[in-house]
Order: sequence, then C-alpha cells, then structure tokens
Amino acid sequence: MTTTIAPTKPWAKSSRDRVRDFSFILISILFSFLAVEVTPLKGKLAYAFTFFLSYAVITGISAFISRGAPAAKDAMIKTVVALGAALTVLPIASIIFTVLKNGLPGIHLSLFTTDMSMATPTDPIATGGLLHAITGTITMVILALIMSVPIGILTALYLTEIKGKFAGPIRFLVQAMSGVPSIVAGLFILSAVLYPITKAYSGLMGSLALTILMIPTIARTSEEVLLLIPNDLREAGTALGGTQWRTVAMIVLPAARSGLMTAVILGIARIAGETAPILLLTGGGDKVNPNAFNGPIGSLPYYIWKSFNAGSPEALTRAWAGLLVLMLLVLILFVAARALSSRKVSK
Amino acid sequence: MIQTPESEKDMSTPAQPSSLASVASAKPQRTQASTAQGTGLEARGIHAWFGKNHVLSDVNLEFSAGSVTALIGPSGCGKSTFIRTINRMHEFIPGAAMAGQVLLDGKDVYAPGVDVTKIRLQIGMVFQKPNPFPSMTIGENVLSGLKLAQLKVENKDELLESCLVRAGLWNEVKDRLNTHGGSLSGGQQQRLCIARALAVSPQVLLMDEPCSALDPGSTLRIEETIRELSDSMTIVIVTHNMQQAARVSDYTAFFLSDGGPGEMIEVARTSEIFSQPKDQRTENYVTGRFG
Repeated sequence: MTTTIAPTKPWAKSSRDRVRDFSFILISILFSFLAVEVTPLKGKLAYAFTFFLSYAVITGISAFISRGAPAAKDAMIKTVVALGAALTVLPIASIIFTVLKNGLPGIHLSLFTTDMSMATPTDPIATGGLLHAITGTITMVILALIMSVPIGILTALYLTEIKGKFAGPIRFLVQAMSGVPSIVAGLFILSAVLYPITKAYSGLMGSLALTILMIPTIARTSEEVLLLIPNDLREAGTALGGTQWRTVAMIVLPAARSGLMTAVILGIARIAGETAPILLLTGGGDKVNPNAFNGPIGSLPYYIWKSFNAGSPEALTRAWAGLLVLMLLVLILFVAARALSSRKVSK
Repeated sequence: MIQTPESEKDMSTPAQPSSLASVASAKPQRTQASTAQGTGLEARGIHAWFGKNHVLSDVNLEFSAGSVTALIGPSGCGKSTFIRTINRMHEFIPGAAMAGQVLLDGKDVYAPGVDVTKIRLQIGMVFQKPNPFPSMTIGENVLSGLKLAQLKVENKDELLESCLVRAGLWNEVKDRLNTHGGSLSGGQQQRLCIARALAVSPQVLLMDEPCSALDPGSTLRIEETIRELSDSMTIVIVTHNMQQAARVSDYTAFFLSDGGPGEMIEVARTSEIFSQPKDQRTENYVTGRFG
C-alpha cells in the first residue's frame, strides 16, 4: 500500500493569520486618519508616523495576549525595523516621483538630436535640445575614465599585491580623498592648472577635477575586489614559475574582471552628476563641442543649473527634463554595475 | 590487498599496523627510475621561522632522483612548511625566515643570484586545495605555466594531451577542453592542477596533502598518477593518510613537534617505517597510539 504524502508548510501563515494581519493594518490606517483629524498633527509625515506608531502598539498588544511579553517586544521591534527601511525608501521614491512628474513634459525626441545654440530660454519646449549637454557629459566622463582607471587600479594593486611599505598611509589617504568635497577638487584644478597654464575653460579641465573625485572610488572598490581573490591562485601562479607581474596580469586581474568592471561603473556613477567643478571649469556653452581640449563645453549638470537660473517656465521644464535624463543615465549605470557584480568573482 | 583510505582514527585497532606494513611491502619494489631528470634533491639543516616562532628545526633529508618520499606526522609539525622551503614558497608568508640549504642537482636554491622563478619551474607544486585558474578553460589551465614563465613549445596540442594523459584526466576532459575548470569535480580539478604542474616539466614535484579534500575514488586515481609519474620525476608528498604513504611511497619520513619546533624523527624505506620503526615515537604514531 502506498500513500502519497502531499508537501505541506506547517510554518506558513494560515488564512486566519493573514486576515488578522490585514485588519491590524486597516485599523492602524484608520487610527492614523483619526489622529490627524483630531490632533494638531498635519501633513503626509503625520499619517506615516501615527500609522507606524499605532501598528507597533496593536501588533505588540496582540503578540502579548497570545504569547507574552518577549513576543510583544519582538513584534514592536519588527515594526521599528520596518519603519527604518521605509524612512530610507521614502525620500528616494519621493525624488524619483517629483523628477518624473516635472521632467516628463519636457521630454521629446529632438532633445537628443539638437542643442541649445539656436534656442533661448523662453522658446517653446519643442525647440532646442540636450545634445550638447549629453555629449559634453559623456566626453568628460570618458576622458576622466582614461585618466582615473589606470591610476585607480594600479593603486589597488599596490595595496593588495605589492603591499609595500607605504600601503598603510596610501590606504588612509585614498579613504580620506573619497571624502574630499567636489568643489575643492574644482578649485584645485582652477588654481593649479586653469589659471596658471591653460587660461581657458575646456572639457579637459572638468575631466581633471572629475578624475580626482573618481580615483578614490575606483581604487577602494578595486582593492576590495582584489582582496576577494583567493590567495591560492596567487600561490599557484608563483609556484608555476610566474613572476609576480605575470601572475597578477594573467591570473589575478582576469579572475577579478567583473568586480573591476563594477568599480569602474561605480566611479562613473559617482562623477556623472558632479556639478561644482563643472561650473568652475568648463564654461558651459550651448553648442555641441566635440573637442574637449578647446573651448567651453556643455554638460547635463551645467545645463540644469543654467536653466533653473533662467527662470522662465519653459527653462524650468527643460531643467527638469535634463534632471530626468541625468538620473536615467546614472540609473542605467547602477543597474549595469549590479548586474556585473552579482556574477561570482571567482569559480 | 585493497584498502580504501580511512581516517587516521580508525587505525587504532591492533590488526592495522601489520596490515600497513603489508601494504607497504606488497608494493612491487621498484628499481630506481633511470629516466628521471637530474641527480636528486637534498635538504641540509633546514630551519624555519614565522616571526619569532621557530617551527622547524634541523631537517636533513635526501631525495634520490625518481623516488617517492612521503612525509607523515601530526598536524602542525612543519611538514608543509618544510616542502614550501624546498621550492622557495616559504618566503611568500610575511615574517617568514629560514636557515639551511636546499640542493637541487648539487646547487643551493637559496644561493645569491639564483633566479627564483627558474627554481619553481624545476620544482613544481600541487596544493592541498584544488586551485584551477577560474578565468581559464581546461586547456588554458594546463598550459598556463608556459604562458606564466613565457616558455615556448613546439607542439602545444601534443603537450596538452600528454600532460592530461599523465595526470589521468585526458579521457574525462578531451571533449571539453574549452570549458572552464570550475565545472570539474574536486578530484578532476586536482588532477587538472597536477597536469598544470607537469606542463612545465619539473624534475621534482611537491604535493601538499593533494588528496585531503577528495573522496576515496579520486584519491586512488591520483595515487595511480603519482606512481606513474615517479618514473620520470622525484616526488615528495605530504600526507595525513598513512595508508596512502604506505601505498605510494618508496621512503617515508616521520615529522613530530613536541611543543617546540618540528623535527624529522626518522626516515627509512616505507616498508621499514611501517614494520620495524627504530624510534618509539614513530612506532606509536604509525600504530595509531597517538596523533
């Protein structure tokens, strides 16, 4: 005789539990509306706050009745933790919502095909575009990449592979550098390069400042990735008669490839929306400038700043549209970084 | 008599010592391989330190060309440290220091001016944990030593096949040389690492507990490989498995640490170590009374 045993989940919530949980939420919502009506508390935050408070109290009481004081504490702390998570998500969601609401009316196809050289701030939305800003941002990011990726990765290699005498101080400096305000990087390039040497705005000046900001991000992320590579592999390479350089180049770096890619993308995301040094060093400009070494160059942050300053309703919409494009650009980069980093680093 | 490898603890039954000895003597006595390269390896007065910690004291051992020597002893007695001094991997650890000489073909590998990468080409190493290079395919893994050391060979495909055949892996991987090494089982990965070590044709092969992470079947396969390889090279194998020592080695050296630095207590033909050890401590260890 064979009996078939159906798989069950005795630990799963029963439908009665679910109804109870749902009713708790309903009661809390009700209570929060009531509280806002009766007390002087006002605004969206008041709803959220009273909701969480009442939910914590109700679940706490329910747990206390059914399972006693420890369970009540557990339930209340669960709610507080959820509140923390909600508080993190709220501003982000709010920002995205605002940018989408204000930026979407300004999005149109010619945004990506024309620049602002033939348009004034008061022109209708459909004239002019963002091409100069998008190309300017991309040009400067690429230039900054060319300079910062080798420096950043070499720094990480010094810290993890060579482990030289100065590894400690350098690690400390790199960490300190990642806290340097961007305006400081901008002023540094302004006073050290632009005024004494080139005496003119250009994309290169902006890229130099962005490089300063990007190196610490790339160096630190790369260092962490390289530390994840098992020491076995380095030993195996050396035991096969490889020099340290050959071992690093042939085994360590390829094994860390996807992680290093992530480091680079995080670096790009760090600088793509950087505004202060751009304002100081690039000179803006409304025309597509393909030459990063000569003349003012536009960029998304500069364009947004300039449009907000222009103040006309059309210019404001353009600024929001620019913000939306910039955020999408950064979002795409972050998604790419996550996709790359979720792949295993080794094996 | 066929025995599957067991953990050391199972050897405390009285019947075991004599059976280990019979395993050791049941091996066909090999005539010393004439095809082996070089004139052998000798360690003279090897000491090793980690920082101020003296871990290995005055080890003198001779490995004749084409022999298999097993190093046995409890954990922490310096066996692994000893073989890492032979191919100069010891210096990789921060704070490491050593004294003594390692003579390969009569020349000290620690002499000033010696190219350490050349030493490691002549003295290959297989590690405890299989460590194929994750970014390379099976074929690239085998040939990676050539690329690392920037050596040129006439016929890469031939070398690839011969290394995999000698490591006993060819039949299992010949159809998927372009897949990644990570897709192999643990035992196959370890044989891949052996093939990788063979590709640069070392004259000495050091093996640091090569089977400790493997199942009995893979272990037997690798032991066969070791016996086949001993025709052409000198092999030093660290093992915690005394049956393995009895099965594969010509000579066995017993290491022990009594709280202080590790020492080499006794070395002799493997059949002697397991049947009539001279030192009481060796006898205690091989009969499973401690360790």
